Amino acid sequence: MTRSLLVISRQAPWSGLSAREALDVVLAGGAYDLPIGLLFMDDGVLQLVQTQDAAAVQQKDLTANLKALEMFGIEDVFACGKSLAERGMFPGNLNIAVRQLPQEQDISELIDRYDHVITI
Amino acid sequence: MAKRQQKARIAGFLLSSAWEFFIIAGVSLNEHPMKFAIALFSAAHAPSSRRALLFARAALAGGHEIVRLFFYQDGVYSASANVVAPQDEQDIAAQWREFVSENQLDGVVCIAAALRRGILNEEEAQRYQRASANLTAPWELSGLGQLHDAAQSADRLICFGGP
Repeated sequence: MTRSLLVISRQAPWSGLSAREALDVVLAGGAYDLPIGLLFMDDGVLQLVQTQDAAAVQQKDLTANLKALEMFGIEDVFACGKSLAERGMFPGNLNIAVRQLPQEQDISELIDRYDHVITI
Repeated sequence: MAKRQQKARIAGFLLSSAWEFFIIAGVSLNEHPMKFAIALFSAAHAPSSRRALLFARAALAGGHEIVRLFFYQDGVYSASANVVAPQDEQDIAAQWREFVSENQLDGVVCIAAALRRGILNEEEAQRYQRASANLTAPWELSGLGQLHDAAQSADRLICFGGP
């Protein structure tokens, strides 16, 4: 029986390695065709901002890696609606397609659906 | 697992009564053994590294199995051979090494996370022409696939990170 994994990404894209390393876990799982979900939560939703200028902070753009999710067959990508709203972000205005989870209860139901959870 | 229980029973016979009680207690917990995968995301000086070590020890003492330890993010520092703890403080990196060696566990350090943070074994130090290595046995450098592989074979994936 294949076990499913939910990765909860909670760090902003330019606050260190966490956003990239959370995404690497997801992409690696996708490479093995495992059932993987990705939830952006808290500052993690800032990874979804459309207008990012990575070069301004001498970083590589993480958006390209996010766009690779689809290529790796990762379809279950979610964002916490409350975290988006708190940061003035809207589901229709993000750099990749995500399913918004409006209620806190949606988050707990999502977590319940997976065998394992990693929060980074 | 049956073999381990058998061994524990035999050991119980041979040891003193206090130890026998301990072994029997261990065997009774063994009736529902679990397979744990343990992921660590913090350095040896973080309390969460010590907590992970205590959890891992308790898991084995309770008759459970640790399918793999996977050190990721700053967790790679917990595997460094170059940590020097003050004399009156615990050397958690050394304790991790001893724990993994003594119990012959599968201890994997994420290679991508380690290279970024300057944690290199002899092979990688040579490959990238660095002056020295700071990762030794029992640790192995490998990829994120090992984390997924461990999660697949474990009943529970337990992650330790943050402070």
